[in-house]
Amino acid sequence: MIAETGLAALWLAAGLAALQFLLMILALRSGAEVARAMRSIALVQGVLTLVAFVMLLVVFARSDMSVALVFENSSVVKPFIYKVAGAWGNHEGSMLMWVTILAVAGAFLAVLAHRTGERTLLAALGAQALLALGFYAFLLFASNPFARLWPPPPDGQGLNPLLQDPGLAFHPPTLYLGYVGLSVAFSLAVGALLTGEVDSRLGRAMRPWVLGAWLLLTLGITAGSYWAYYELGWGGYWFWDPVENASLMPWLAATALLHSINVLAARGALKAWTMMLAVIAFSMSMVGTFLVRSGILTSVHAFAIDPERGTFLLALLAIYVGAAFVLFAVRGANLKEGAPFELVSRESGLVINNLFLTVILGVVFVGTLYPLFAEAVSGEKMSVGTPYFNAVAGPLALLLAALVGVGPLLAWRRERRPVLKKLTVPALLGATALAITIILAPQIHILPRLGFAVAAYLAAASILPLIGRNPLRAPLATWGMVVAHFGIAVALTGMAANSAFTTERLAIANPGDVLSVGPWQVQLESVTPAAGKNWTAIQAQLRATRGSGIVTLAPQMRYFSDPPMETNESAIASFWNGQLYTVVGRQDVSGAWQLRLWWKPFVTLIWAGGGLIALGGALALFGRIWMLFRRRSRAAEWRTERYA
Amino acid sequence: MKRWVPAFAGMTMILCSPVLADSNLPPSYWSNRQLPDARQEAQAQALMEQIRCLVCQGQSIADSDAELAGDMRDLVRRRIAAGEKPSAIRAWLIDRYGSWISYKPTAEPAAWPLWLAPIALLLAGAWLIRRRIRLKGR
Repeated sequence: MIAETGLAALWLAAGLAALQFLLMILALRSGAEVARAMRSIALVQGVLTLVAFVMLLVVFARSDMSVALVFENSSVVKPFIYKVAGAWGNHEGSMLMWVTILAVAGAFLAVLAHRTGERTLLAALGAQALLALGFYAFLLFASNPFARLWPPPPDGQGLNPLLQDPGLAFHPPTLYLGYVGLSVAFSLAVGALLTGEVDSRLGRAMRPWVLGAWLLLTLGITAGSYWAYYELGWGGYWFWDPVENASLMPWLAATALLHSINVLAARGALKAWTMMLAVIAFSMSMVGTFLVRSGILTSVHAFAIDPERGTFLLALLAIYVGAAFVLFAVRGANLKEGAPFELVSRESGLVINNLFLTVILGVVFVGTLYPLFAEAVSGEKMSVGTPYFNAVAGPLALLLAALVGVGPLLAWRRERRPVLKKLTVPALLGATALAITIILAPQIHILPRLGFAVAAYLAAASILPLIGRNPLRAPLATWGMVVAHFGIAVALTGMAANSAFTTERLAIANPGDVLSVGPWQVQLESVTPAAGKNWTAIQAQLRATRGSGIVTLAPQMRYFSDPPMETNESAIASFWNGQLYTVVGRQDVSGAWQLRLWWKPFVTLIWAGGGLIALGGALALFGRIWMLFRRRSRAAEWRTERYA
Repeated sequence: MKRWVPAFAGMTMILCSPVLADSNLPPSYWSNRQLPDARQEAQAQALMEQIRCLVCQGQSIADSDAELAGDMRDLVRRRIAAGEKPSAIRAWLIDRYGSWISYKPTAEPAAWPLWLAPIALLLAGAWLIRRRIRLKGR
């Protein structure tokens, strides 16, 4: 019954979405008074999908093997948290989560948004309903998570061991909230294009959504990067893999949107471009979903083997993105550009930021999709990976990071003051860092070297907006910007240090052997068996020292039986100045063990920087919402005084 | 079996797991050992990071547990130790396995759009902005 309740809730929600869309058309064409009805429908639709999602969690938690999805992705003997989190560790479940977030975001939009014009809001709710409708259809016709299995087998096939990690509980939901949160910006843009009400009010209404989605994306990507780092056992934190790129592309678009929306909100300018970006940002979320969910990434041939889902998603993508772009082409040209600005101004700074971000986005897009395109056209398989992306996107990102120090110092409209003078100290710091790396580490590559220089300069430049004023009186949004920009410098330092100074030691060792890696002497003491609820393992005992003090580490190699698989559980010791990363591998014929050791100076700064960037987003979001409430209560006071 | 972890949990499962994919043969000598000469090892490492593991989903041979990747690491280290140039080894591999094996796009015409795209995008963007700011300047 539980699974059927979930399915029924989904069908009802789909029906309501269709109704919501029809009401929108009615409202826009004849001006019917349907605002309250639409809001209620959006709310109920959100609640219904939430019910369906909770039902899925329940069947997973109870290991109900009569549900095909549970049988395929779960097993009775598995820690409880992975039973629940396993609900979204598969295709159907994660699509249901996607749709749930889409509908719940729509419900929040209906309840919370009072700042756009009524007509724009209704049009946006209609657009959101149409988006949801397509994905309901995808779930119900091509990816039903509630399909039954008869007779129910006694046990399931198990969850991929790599996913049996706390990361699974937090990483996908965070990332999905970010992806799908961008749908609200998309719908608001579509709504505003339909009604023609593209103004600073729309910018201010859209901004909290974009900020929220962007900060969750940032968190999701940062957490995912750390998860891959410790789980995969080779010390890498970013691989430029298509699936990673699928999450990076919406983030890049959202970052650009986040900046251009400030121009729209503050100055009423960049109207068409901001609408375009709002459309692109969510389109990138859908492209990512298509790439990952269609199976096209393995090969275009894998796509052809089971084309149903892929074709369905591709059709949805084409319809939504195509329709939005057509709408933009028809209506976007009529938008009057807002307040003018000069070459040296905050606005141009943000335009240049947008130029760089979109070019990087374009590079990632082309690099990810071109191999698929080339294979489809010529049959020739080619690979595009780290060497390409680092060589092309790396320098662009460094240039952008250098400009990040300048933009916030510029005034709106036109800047007449000598701004570059303020940057003397940061520039000196950058030059010093460059000189130090040249003297002390002449052998490192050019990109990490420049990375250190830019990071040193940006760390100082990013806090300049707080200098020369009382920092406590600066708006929270300014603090948010400063923290986020400082976070870029921090992450950049971590990346440069990891790339320039990581030392690696791969060896075959017997118990008692001592290996050196960087400043560390690591002794393999013993190798012993270990066991958990659904795995057995061999565990190495390592004693590491660098002069004073001893650290013990116990990396494992785990064997899971359902499905049969080996995983490396790395053991990592963190210090203020870096991480010692250790992995044990299989036994050699001679009886000795494979050991992989890395000393990674300051690598933790990468994720600390990501965290700071997200924190900056949170500060700004909090500040914006707080200002909104203050303004609203002031308006209420004013009304009471006036009409009292 | 690795890169999808950061972005979407639960996509395709092409297992690179040794349990499923591998033989019982012992690994080749240089699969998991470093060359004694640090400079040669650095060269080998840099090359291995550019070479795709053919049985994995999106891993280089430098960071894969698959047996095939181990054998290819052995091959790369042996050839580097014998004094071969990394570019020659890469060319040899591409010759045998096709350009699929190299993460660095080759210089063939089929890969030109990859290198032209960033330049074209930057120029197009700059042109758009120039037009816009000039307009505003007036």
